[in-house]
Amino acid sequence: MADNNQGQHKSFYEEGGKGIMSWVYTLDHKRIGLMYLVSVLLMFAVGGILALLIRLELFRQGPTILTAHQYNQVFTLHGAIMVFMFIIPAIPASLGNFVLPLLLGTKDVAFPRINIFSYYIYVIGAIIAIASIIFGGVDTGWTFYTPYSTGSGGKVIWMVFGVFVLGFSSILTGLNFIATIHKLRAPGITWSRMPLFCWGIYATSLIQVLATPVLAITLLMLIIERAWGIGIFDPAKGGDAVLFQHFFWFYSHPAVYIMILPGMAIISEIIPTFSKKAIFGYKAIGMSSVAIAIIGFLVWGHHMFVSGQSQFASMVFSFLTYLVAIPSGIKVFNWTATMYKGTISLDTPMLYALSFLFLFTIGGLTGIPLAALSVDVHLTDTYFVVAHFHYVMMGGTVIAFYGGLHYWWPKMTGRMYNETLARLACALVFIGFNVTFLTQFILGSKGMPRRYYDYLPQYQTLHQVSTVGSWILGLGFLIMVSYLLASLKNGALAPANPWGGLTLEWQTSSPPPLHNFEKQPNTKIGPYDYGVPVPPKKPGTLEGAVHGTSS
Amino acid sequence: MAQAVDELKHDHKHDEHPWFFHHHFTDVQQQFDTAKLGMWTFLATEILMFGGLFVAYALMFSMYPEAFKAGHEHLNVNLGVVNTAVLIFSSLTMALAVRSAQTSNKRGIIINLLITIACACVFLVVKYFEYSHKYHEGLLPGIFYSFPTDYVPHIEMYFALYFMMTGLHGIHVTVGIGLLTWILLNAMKGKYTSAYYTQVEMVGLYWHLVDLIWIYLFPLLYLVS
Amino acid sequence: MNILLQWWSPFLPPAASTASSSVDNLYGFIFWLTMILFVLVMGPAAWFIYKYRLKPGEEAKPTPRITHHLGLELTWSIIPSILCLVIAVWGFWDFMVLGVAPADAEDIYVTGYKWGWRFEHKDGFRELNTLHIPEGKTIKLVMTSEDVIHSFFIPDFRVKHDLPPGRYTSIWFTPTSKAGSEHQVLCTEYCGDGHSGMLAKVFVWTPEQIRKLKEDGPPIPKTADEGKKVYLQKNCNTCHSVDGSKLTGPSFKGLWGTQQPLTDGTSALIDENFVRESILNPQAKVAKDFAPLMPSYQGLVAKSEMEALFEYLKSIK
Repeated sequence: MADNNQGQHKSFYEEGGKGIMSWVYTLDHKRIGLMYLVSVLLMFAVGGILALLIRLELFRQGPTILTAHQYNQVFTLHGAIMVFMFIIPAIPASLGNFVLPLLLGTKDVAFPRINIFSYYIYVIGAIIAIASIIFGGVDTGWTFYTPYSTGSGGKVIWMVFGVFVLGFSSILTGLNFIATIHKLRAPGITWSRMPLFCWGIYATSLIQVLATPVLAITLLMLIIERAWGIGIFDPAKGGDAVLFQHFFWFYSHPAVYIMILPGMAIISEIIPTFSKKAIFGYKAIGMSSVAIAIIGFLVWGHHMFVSGQSQFASMVFSFLTYLVAIPSGIKVFNWTATMYKGTISLDTPMLYALSFLFLFTIGGLTGIPLAALSVDVHLTDTYFVVAHFHYVMMGGTVIAFYGGLHYWWPKMTGRMYNETLARLACALVFIGFNVTFLTQFILGSKGMPRRYYDYLPQYQTLHQVSTVGSWILGLGFLIMVSYLLASLKNGALAPANPWGGLTLEWQTSSPPPLHNFEKQPNTKIGPYDYGVPVPPKKPGTLEGAVHGTSS
Repeated sequence: MAQAVDELKHDHKHDEHPWFFHHHFTDVQQQFDTAKLGMWTFLATEILMFGGLFVAYALMFSMYPEAFKAGHEHLNVNLGVVNTAVLIFSSLTMALAVRSAQTSNKRGIIINLLITIACACVFLVVKYFEYSHKYHEGLLPGIFYSFPTDYVPHIEMYFALYFMMTGLHGIHVTVGIGLLTWILLNAMKGKYTSAYYTQVEMVGLYWHLVDLIWIYLFPLLYLVS
Repeated sequence: MNILLQWWSPFLPPAASTASSSVDNLYGFIFWLTMILFVLVMGPAAWFIYKYRLKPGEEAKPTPRITHHLGLELTWSIIPSILCLVIAVWGFWDFMVLGVAPADAEDIYVTGYKWGWRFEHKDGFRELNTLHIPEGKTIKLVMTSEDVIHSFFIPDFRVKHDLPPGRYTSIWFTPTSKAGSEHQVLCTEYCGDGHSGMLAKVFVWTPEQIRKLKEDGPPIPKTADEGKKVYLQKNCNTCHSVDGSKLTGPSFKGLWGTQQPLTDGTSALIDENFVRESILNPQAKVAKDFAPLMPSYQGLVAKSEMEALFEYLKSIK
């Protein structure tokens, strides 16, 4: 196995030079990925603390720790940070940046300079957006609906401009990955032998490139609306308030798929590796990603069933929404089928993958009533929606992100983390998450509206349970931070292939050398060829690659 | 940076790398194809960004056609025609510059790029006179509209779109001048030959897009009927 | 019967309109269908994890290479597609019904503003944050907003619609609840600091009770307790605190009988006349350091209500 060579080669940490400047000026996709990783984890921490504040405020009826105005600013910031600064870049720009070239067997992404440029754009955008709180805060919600956002006090322009800048970072990352996947695959990695992670990232990148510019121009119009009072979105001046919603969701619904597709992509890697089993329905999973990316552009109107858009439009959007649900369902079935007759090891990444399967299925199934027009009239803009998208975004994407983080942690850092603590943290996150958000489905069905600072007495008990859940969730993440940090110092040295995976990143040392592979990686074995005895071409090079009994 | 210096460990077939070759590609052709794909993708994002403005224009025009007709009468069609001609001509010289690069004609690149830059500057100068005229007349967007006579309701919305669309386009022209100057300086150093002209070709693609967008903006804003 | 309904469509608030039953049936259908689907997916997954897990000390065996199965894949693509199609058509059908009011519906005009609901009956009778409707009568609410987008939601009736400013939208319902019942109204489109306080109540009354109400106005004893009810019911509390904290408008705490500075540099004594004027014509005298945001409550606060309010203001020391 490749890990025989462990220790003889320098890793990219040593090869790329030392000191802060070796990071600031780096063009190495691995270092850029890690800088993104640190940044998005920081954003997750900030957004998470804001979420705990929201839950604490809602612990009992009436004012608890915040005023209504502060509460509105807190949930706005929570949404904006989590969406634009955490989830959207979380998987593609951090983990994707690190592993995509490794999975493709190439030395770097197509445009390394654009890659580092996009990171600095991200940092600048995030700083501008967050600066808005220092200068007076924003209370519009992350959706910036007009005419509220054109008239409300606070520094809306800062926040909107920050998000505008962040969009360019996202576009450039997508562009880079599209070119990388098209042109830089190692010989032997054909489209139909490309790991599913790459398919997921590819579909994500398509959406990033095609949808984000529309958000950019929308936000620009919003800024000019506020500055010049041009009236396109302001009914008082002859414009159309709902037009903004159309523009906004034309980006933001596909953006939901920017968030979830990479999560699905990670799950498609973890499940075969830990089941030591060929992925079931490779083509179905790969193609369903692309199908989701395409149909995802045609469903934005399902956010607006009660906004006053035409009934006919609502009907079309409802049908298309069910159409986009099918490929997601197909993926879940395929992942489940992959485990059939496998040899399943329940290491931490797999536990996250299984949590994903459980939570994402709930998130997906609760989308069904929301897409049914008449039922949505009752449920929309209530906690049911809040719970639904948290199950998809957090139970789906965030859980997959942490699964991926644990999966590739040894590759990225060269260290193993404490498995016992990792399992404990995973269990706490899983339990805490369900306690927090299952209750919110019930609240929503009962009619509790979202974005409420205060509520009627009949909702108090469920709110309290939900708040307690958020504490369990927080504790889980706290434990995660502690053992991951500890592993950097004291963790056991990671072998090249700790999980016995077949994708190319496991053929190089942990952490990889500067140019990723010492010699051209072997692509004779497909990414999921578990259980297939493949006669080695050159004796002595690939004996471990046969049916996943390695490690 | 670090990688650029560190060339020792590569298993490249060629021992000497041309100056433009980046280590992570397998050959020059792959590098060129990748750049081209990246550029086309970028152009797609540009079209979608302007697309948002075109949709806004279409909706507002359908709501207030009289305001848009009244608004366009304040524009000088002749200046618009001049600018259109100038940009189309600059697209031709840009294409000739790319052609010169492909045939290693250094003098041809420089002359054609100079003409292209000159055209771009003429465009911006004309635009400056149009803008300053509107500024002094008070033909401005939204709350700043203050033209004294012939008020048609929502005419200020036409001017909002006029300034947003031509403004965003103008920013692209300005960026274009910067890019053209950059490749002009490189061309003067003799960097572009038939072996490597990617940068000229990419800037050319960008410039054609800027030109193309204007060809749509011109009838929408100057020839409303 | 009720228990059965609660079992069939759990967690929903009690149904109180003709639209509820069909919506609740679809909700229940989806609820149980998704439960079954969930078990169908998670059951096998759990079984596989249990059956094929690598037990401690056990040697990993080579796994069979099963890459796809066309029949299985078609099955799990087509069956959910059909189910989705059924739900989509069903949902659309009821949605059409919700969208078109019957011809005999009685129109009531609704205006949402920051932060409250004004109702205007056809005969000119106006109400603030309360709506009295006769039992069994089909009502069509014609709604618009004065400022930002609000959304009118009556959970018990399963109706909701946004109120964008600058245009009218409508919903309709026929209450099935008995005279004397109350139904909560909530705002479900975020509209600022008073969003969660933007509440109202629908009262289903007998036609006789409503006629009397329209003639006499609400009979209210002039006590601080009754005044507090008016204060809460008219949503005064979304802008005016009673504990001294500064919201959109000045706090009522210790206000009565004092001289207060105004934005125009003068000052005013807070007495019956000042309060009356501030309710009916709020822009006439605006307290210093506050924006002139309060809408007029002309015709929305009855004389008897105002007098009870005076008593309440006096009581807040």
